[in-house]
Amino acid sequence: MLQIHCPYCGLRDETEFTFGGQAHIVRPTNPSVVSDREWVEYLYIRDNPKGLHLERWQHRFGCRQWFNVVRDTATHQIHASYSMGEPRPSLEQFCPADTQPLVPSKKVDEVSHEQA
Amino acid sequence: MNRLNQCARLPQGGLIDRNQTITFQFDGKCYQGYKGDTLASALLANGVHLVGRSMKLHRPRGVLSAGAEECNALMHIGEGGRSEPNVRATLQPLCEGIKAVSQNNWPALGFDIHAILDWTAGLWPAGFYNKTFIWPSWRWYEGVVRAVAGLGRLPDEDDPDHYTQQTYHCDVLVCGGGRAGMQVAMDTAQSGKKVLLVEQDGELGGSALWDGSDITPLRQAVKQSHNIKVLCNATAVAYFDHHWVTVSERLTPSCTNDARSEALSVRERLWKIKANHIALATGAIEQPIVFPNNDRPGIMLASAVRQYLNRYAVLVGRKIALVTNNDSIYDLAYELRKAGAVVLCIIDSRTAGSSLAAEKAVQQGFTVYYRALPRNTRGRLRINSLSVESLDGQLIEARVPCDALAMSGAWQPAVHLFSQARGSLRYDESTAAFVPDRIPDNMSVTGDALGFDYGQLTEEHPVFRYIPKHQLGRQWVDFQHDVTLKDIDIAVQEEFVSIEHLKRYTTAGMSVDQGKTSNINALTALAERLQKPIPEIGTTTFRPFYMPVTLGSLNGGRKGERYALARTSPLHNQLEKAGAEFWDYGHWRRPAAFPRAGESVENAMQREALAVRQSVGIYDGSPLGKIEVRGPDAAEFLNRFYINNILTLKVGKARYGIMLNEKGIVIDDGIVCCLEPGFYLVHTTSGNADTIYAWMEEWQQCEWPNLDVVICAVTTQWANCTLQGPNARRVLEKLGTTLDLDNVRFPHMSIQSGFVNGDIPVRVMRASFTGELGYEVNIPANYGDALWQNLLEVGAEWDITPYGVESLMILRTEKGYLHVGADTDGTTVPDDIGWGGPIKNKKADFIGRRSLALQDNTKSDRFHFVGIECPSLTRSESVLSGSHIIGIGEQAPAASQGYLTSAFYSPNINQWIGLGLVRGGRERIGETVGLFHNGSVQPAKIVEPPFFDKEGGRLHV
Repeated sequence: MLQIHCPYCGLRDETEFTFGGQAHIVRPTNPSVVSDREWVEYLYIRDNPKGLHLERWQHRFGCRQWFNVVRDTATHQIHASYSMGEPRPSLEQFCPADTQPLVPSKKVDEVSHEQA
Repeated sequence: MNRLNQCARLPQGGLIDRNQTITFQFDGKCYQGYKGDTLASALLANGVHLVGRSMKLHRPRGVLSAGAEECNALMHIGEGGRSEPNVRATLQPLCEGIKAVSQNNWPALGFDIHAILDWTAGLWPAGFYNKTFIWPSWRWYEGVVRAVAGLGRLPDEDDPDHYTQQTYHCDVLVCGGGRAGMQVAMDTAQSGKKVLLVEQDGELGGSALWDGSDITPLRQAVKQSHNIKVLCNATAVAYFDHHWVTVSERLTPSCTNDARSEALSVRERLWKIKANHIALATGAIEQPIVFPNNDRPGIMLASAVRQYLNRYAVLVGRKIALVTNNDSIYDLAYELRKAGAVVLCIIDSRTAGSSLAAEKAVQQGFTVYYRALPRNTRGRLRINSLSVESLDGQLIEARVPCDALAMSGAWQPAVHLFSQARGSLRYDESTAAFVPDRIPDNMSVTGDALGFDYGQLTEEHPVFRYIPKHQLGRQWVDFQHDVTLKDIDIAVQEEFVSIEHLKRYTTAGMSVDQGKTSNINALTALAERLQKPIPEIGTTTFRPFYMPVTLGSLNGGRKGERYALARTSPLHNQLEKAGAEFWDYGHWRRPAAFPRAGESVENAMQREALAVRQSVGIYDGSPLGKIEVRGPDAAEFLNRFYINNILTLKVGKARYGIMLNEKGIVIDDGIVCCLEPGFYLVHTTSGNADTIYAWMEEWQQCEWPNLDVVICAVTTQWANCTLQGPNARRVLEKLGTTLDLDNVRFPHMSIQSGFVNGDIPVRVMRASFTGELGYEVNIPANYGDALWQNLLEVGAEWDITPYGVESLMILRTEKGYLHVGADTDGTTVPDDIGWGGPIKNKKADFIGRRSLALQDNTKSDRFHFVGIECPSLTRSESVLSGSHIIGIGEQAPAASQGYLTSAFYSPNINQWIGLGLVRGGRERIGETVGLFHNGSVQPAKIVEPPFFDKEGGRLHV
């Protein structure tokens, strides 16, 4: 079982949380003008790294706040938690010496709703 | 009674309590043992070696080991609900009155008809299943094979015992309470850390309990330390991420029914332990040696012979032969001699001169055969002789008459938890074992778990595990599943050369012990056959659990009502009084209907559905999802969720709304009310209240934190008594409220707040899911009970009828009202349910809108929501929702054109009606189709709902 650091409540067991998938997916500002392809990418296309992954969790059975987590998908090590709206952290600082960081292919933070 | 009277028990010695005699039964015969015995040691004390039959070939089998690695002495213990199959007799503490039965034999253990499988073993090699039982179909053989195959039989009654679970946090978890484990625990505890020490046995000490060493001071120190908590009879069975370890603790042995108080018996406790550091002191497991007919009763691991001798004072034989490839067996030789047994010979596979221990034994007068192994053994139900040959194949001794044979292959460290924690292993040539290599963070390994010290081995004298390519007889690698070297040959021949494939193909290592005594021999044999070094073969994956864990303890207290707690309405007591038949709807336990004495639920549904339309009905709507949304941006916030326009909703008004997910799929519907400017009450379907609340939270926090809005789930704050029917207003008037109930000033789809009984607040929404005049009266939950009671009293004048969920389903089906989740599925978009047009009037974006323009969502042959009627069927026939729609005149197999989502017999129009999703259904109104269910086809017609009050006039009276 994972232990996850909730930015508001501290370290808690995984059973208190729900998983919300990849973080920093940006919803198109005006969906009616984007192409089918762009929309489908927003809906379905996700990174699947072996290594560091930014993802969002909700402390559902606690403070009910959503926040983001840096997790290593290969080891389940959780490197950091940060509040919704905080910018994505640079992955280099968490990278184990013997592995390459897998940087998500998407460009993000251009029109981030979280920071609006 | 005492048939054999502990004939193999030594007059003194051992850690048993000879003052406490325990009587027990095995296969219906009575025996005696002492407190401190295991079932296995007590049987051996009585000279019983034959304890079971192997799973596949029904070979006679005896006790092999003295611990968790046992794969032969598996028994059925106890009776009735407390019985348990496949109990390892080596782990089962002996207790008074215990009844054990051997498994897998008929009519008797000594004479088993199915042993014919052994005489015809050539017919059943590895993979025979896959090759033999495929023509014409596996089904033809299944019955017979299932009757013969498998091990043990399930208890036929419910388990009456209790199981619990506990979470525990500590600084250091020490797995294994032997010398090494106790030492680590002491060292750690002295630094002030909180230590949990887990030991599988009932007593701390590990191998020190039987190898002659004195650990009393250490054990005392551990027991007295305030920082060490000790769990005995507890096995660390699994490692999970972030240093969580599951420990299975056996509290009360499964024994007799009368031995314990029914109420207090907690049989097992499953610990979920979170440790900052894990110290593994799990020891090592001795491996068997592979030679022809090495599976007879009386052939045991040397460490087990030694444990039975020193711990239980049981001499497993009088004339014993020893076979080894290492030094660890030599101490046993001296101890056996001292105990009065004859050590016939020591067969050592190593070269003369390679072992000081062997040379010393020769000096002490033991017969040692170097570079030798057993050629064969004899004895049907117990070994009675063996022959010895050199590794070159020369016969050394034709007949050694023995009654027991102790063997010692390599010692494999118990690295199960270590490997589950992703520690890496390295093959150690000098000890012929896989030992820990890279140790995971915050973990340490100590003692024999790091590798057993053999003493005298050098590189020039490698350990021999078995005689390669022996032709004299079958050589068992896995005892329980009857896997021999020949099976491994077949697997190699058929290219199952990965160790994981070998395991699946031959079933080696898949038995109850999960290969604790077979994996190493199997992979060594594979390596030899492939002429590859052992490290290249590797091991199979070590998966949880280390040893079998009962389903009871995994389940803990979650059974019966506690499996999933039912939510009940604040009106529950009143509903019960009204005679409700409760069914489960999602998490809620709700009235399906209120059958009167002698009335069936089906008849009650019909009566209630009629009564609502004729006069007035009362319904518990409390579980209906209620979410309050407040703030300057509340309207904008809700407008982004609904396909309907919320911005134009005026104070006091209610509007039906449909919610989509981002893929455009309908996920919920309900009524949105505007209570005040910037204050909305959102109703969701009952089953979706939690989901929709969480859905709103996610969008609010993650996507639209800039919107100034607060959302609050209030479902359980309010009780809801819903009045429906032409007389609903009269009942509410008679109840007395501060509300203006005038039909014009309080029209359909509006809401008012006011008071009843002077100062009790109510929110009354005029809305309907039945098609009748209706009021949903919401009152703070603790007044619900009284409100229901008062409404029944004042409604008596109009013969008010409580109605349940099923009756409501008839009424809403008559009206063609959609029930999200029943009439929609995971593909339904608004246009499928007739909302394609109205959406166009809304300008703003909403969740899922863009997806509606995707190609697949605009096809013309999608599943449309339509009505289905069956005018030709009588009430006594049944039409079932879920029936597939096929072309009229078609017989199955035919392509499904959709399916019936709701179906009821309508008492108001006296025919079977239903709703369904039909491919291209809107263009097929009037078409006759077939309803296929379970082989039969009923005629039906596609129609346009509703079936009743098409103009909807009854809503506005």
